[in-house]
Amino acid sequence: MRRIARWLLMTSALFVAFVIVATTLNGRPEIDVHRVQDRRVDSDFEETLRTANIQLSDMARAATVELAPPADNLAIARRLSLALVGSGLSLEEIRALESIPADKQIDWWTDYLLSDQRWADYFAERFSRAYVGTNDGPFLLFRKRKLNTWLAEQFRDEEVGYDQIVRAMLSSEGLWTDTPQVNFVTATMDAANEGRGDPIRLAGRTSRAFLAQRIDCLQCHDDFLDELHFGDSENPIGGTQQHFHELAAFFAGTALADPVFRGIKDDGQVYKFKYLGDSEPEEVQPAVPFQSELLPVEGKPRKRLAEWVTHRENRAFSRATVNRVWALLFSRALVEPVDNIPLDGSVPAVLDTLANDFSEHGFDLRRLIRLIAGLDAFQRDSRAEFKVTTEHENAWAVFPITQLRPEQVAGRLFQACKLTALDSSSSIFTRLKAFGDSQNFLKRFGDRGEDEFQSEAVTVTQRLVMMNGNLVAERTKVDLVNNAGTRIASLVADDQCAIELIFLSVLNRTPTSPEQIEFMKYLDGKMRNTRQRAFADICWAMINSTEFSWNH
Amino acid sequence: MCRSAPEVSAACRGYQRWSRRRLLQTSASVCGASWLTRFAEGLSTAADANRRTRPKSLLFLWMQGGPSQLETFDPHAGSWIGGETKAISTSIPDVLISDSLPATAEQLKHATLIRSMISKEGDHERASYHLKTGWRPDPTVRHPAIGSIVCYQSPNNLEIPRHISILPSQWPARAGYLGPSFDAFQTNDPAEGIPNLKARVDQHALNNRSGPLLNALENEFQRGRLANLDLSRTLHQSATQSALKMMSSEQLKAFDIKAEGRGTLDRFGDTPFGRGCLAAVRLLDKGVRCVEVELNGWDSHVNNHELQAGQAKILDTALAATLHELHARELLQDTVVFCGGEFGRTPQINSAGGRDHWPHGFSVLLAGGGFRRGYVHGATNANPDRKLFERQANSQLEPSNFAERTVTVPDLHATILHSLGIDHQVEAMTPIGRPLRWSDGSVVKDLLS
Repeated sequence: MRRIARWLLMTSALFVAFVIVATTLNGRPEIDVHRVQDRRVDSDFEETLRTANIQLSDMARAATVELAPPADNLAIARRLSLALVGSGLSLEEIRALESIPADKQIDWWTDYLLSDQRWADYFAERFSRAYVGTNDGPFLLFRKRKLNTWLAEQFRDEEVGYDQIVRAMLSSEGLWTDTPQVNFVTATMDAANEGRGDPIRLAGRTSRAFLAQRIDCLQCHDDFLDELHFGDSENPIGGTQQHFHELAAFFAGTALADPVFRGIKDDGQVYKFKYLGDSEPEEVQPAVPFQSELLPVEGKPRKRLAEWVTHRENRAFSRATVNRVWALLFSRALVEPVDNIPLDGSVPAVLDTLANDFSEHGFDLRRLIRLIAGLDAFQRDSRAEFKVTTEHENAWAVFPITQLRPEQVAGRLFQACKLTALDSSSSIFTRLKAFGDSQNFLKRFGDRGEDEFQSEAVTVTQRLVMMNGNLVAERTKVDLVNNAGTRIASLVADDQCAIELIFLSVLNRTPTSPEQIEFMKYLDGKMRNTRQRAFADICWAMINSTEFSWNH
Repeated sequence: MCRSAPEVSAACRGYQRWSRRRLLQTSASVCGASWLTRFAEGLSTAADANRRTRPKSLLFLWMQGGPSQLETFDPHAGSWIGGETKAISTSIPDVLISDSLPATAEQLKHATLIRSMISKEGDHERASYHLKTGWRPDPTVRHPAIGSIVCYQSPNNLEIPRHISILPSQWPARAGYLGPSFDAFQTNDPAEGIPNLKARVDQHALNNRSGPLLNALENEFQRGRLANLDLSRTLHQSATQSALKMMSSEQLKAFDIKAEGRGTLDRFGDTPFGRGCLAAVRLLDKGVRCVEVELNGWDSHVNNHELQAGQAKILDTALAATLHELHARELLQDTVVFCGGEFGRTPQINSAGGRDHWPHGFSVLLAGGGFRRGYVHGATNANPDRKLFERQANSQLEPSNFAERTVTVPDLHATILHSLGIDHQVEAMTPIGRPLRWSDGSVVKDLLS
């Protein structure tokens, strides 16, 4: 009897697994190459793009540097893919891209990525790092995955503007499980704060993430380095402790409700602070450090603050967002660091051009991404006939060489070993395995945490992970399932053709003549197993090259 | 009774290593030649001078989770906060520590004990950052762990990493604004070997991969791009060469604890942490500048006594053996040993028999370098007012109610850096253009000899 029961159980499990795999395999849609939207019919869009391109050319001219030629479409598509979904292109996607007319390829590819769930998920993780960091946060009170899922849903919804997302996070009340946006607040509710949001940390986060103002040092003292100014270039106002704590005062009433299952409520508590040099704490009323005329007079404190932060005329908000999206696309911010744009200092004119367009078109993130992706600067090559220097990069006259973030290296690695895209239509088992392997890889390789755009160099540890680590070993060994190189080598008899396909799959480009010669020489005379091992060696070399781990 | 297990076994088993001074002096004595003794004195003095010029190193024994001061270095047996822990005497007169640390009690004469550490962080991640860097978390800049500063301040003459983290869990030592090249190299239980050091193919295939195949790609990638791309930007090829060199380095033998005798292995304890400590001693002897060894699992919100006693048993064997071995190898004078966690645990025991997070008076142990030997600094209140722990009285949770002669985390860091010969007031320029000192604390002179 027990044997029959066991047999039935195993059969059922196998059947369920088969159904899941069959469903996902059958459900894999073909890439729709006919859905090409012509974004350029929008005259505002075209005008913004034209103005921004002129301003960027002026930057290069002012820096007296030459401009690099345009990159090929595949290079631009790879940049977009890394920026928007955190991985390279699959061979399947490259073939689809090639079937589109050349002048429409980049627009199509941008649309394709922006309609992919991977984009919303990937951007949600990138933005949430700015909102709540990468700490685990307080136990039970903070659900980062809930916050990320909610963010991804907002990004996917074309009707939701970025300002609405930010307002929800700044002003919402409720439980962190069914109102995920309040996790922005609960992330600061650790043991030291006794069931209240931490006004200091919330003020710092709000200022940096939404306004690109690093005013954290004002928490303890006035700005004595003369670096923080509110106001404008004609009437600069030095940053003071008061500025910071007046901003913090908006969050003073943020507390756990009683009973606790009602979540976060505003209880109206007054903010008190003892300023440097004072003997007694004093009550601090909420106030904003600049453009106070935009602050609503009525309403709950956090709601007023949310309205002010996202006001169309609050230039700091749109600039901060443009700079972050720019950084995600170029892997380098237009104004560095990404979360500190001086209010009164001179910033590249292109920043304000894009910021104006962003605020005038409903804070539409997709539009902003399309604009940046359409810029000549984004579509320039990272190499040129002239001698390329950092001055060229600083003036955006060439595409900058930047290290891929760890999650991009992992994403690229997974994709390089598959012929089809690793996306929501992949089997659940494939995705689960990729997720688990990715976490293990990042643990060894390292994660940059919040400082995603801080330029770094390669470490010996990272090189060892790539040269000898489990993941690379699994994905480069002779394996028909996990290594695209092996599949290509076994299906394509012609060495030259096989090399080209592996280049496309791993590096998303075709080989140059010297590379083709070198690799053909390496394959010369190798048959069957030795040939497959030689292709494994080639895949390993590609994955371990500078090109694989650096954006260009 | 407090007996030094390592010393007793050393005498019995003859394991103790002979120092140069001892070897030379004994040789001369055996020969009975007084002039030789003077000659030996001269040679040994020169050997000591070499030792003194050797750059100082740091051994960071990290107790992740928050060890209870009451169950380790600051028991208050018999008081209402003491719990089930008993106190035993140590090699420092009149100083008692927990009965779960008998071997360490014997070695305490080599160490300074601070019983009055205070911090402002009560969350594991933030407090770990605070203890490891000396700074409270600041979202605008990531501070370097102290081991990264030590490495940054000295030239690199090794083929293996100079900053190593053994058994790291969630938050290994990071270099912050100094750059990832000063991050700790992470490795697991030394019994398992070093991860990712062994090539997955034979040497011939590795030579092909890292030679002509990789070179063809690198040459092509550099063409027409940023001048001097590798050295000025990526360091990718340089790091590859360093990794290849490390994979075949003789210095890797320092990780191989099997090279030690069975007796030595046993003294450190048959645990990953014990093996980590032994590997750390070997690495420090080889010239590694900072080794962090982590013992995780001190977060005892439930069943505090059993959990702490279990971890203390692992710590005791390894810590005592480490202090003894460093002393025997004449490494203790050039090595600062830190042993502690991110905070302590509450005086009161909660309803689940646990103790919660407590940054208002906890203990850390320091030894070697310029730290005093056999010294205890500060004290905690053995009988704090119970009312202070009621929820309504949280505003009164002032450190002064619980500890005297308190030492802050920045002060601790300034003192360790000073002991390592590093001026903690030196300013480094951070990526945000803001100069920062290595530490903004002050040196606690009472801790130094």
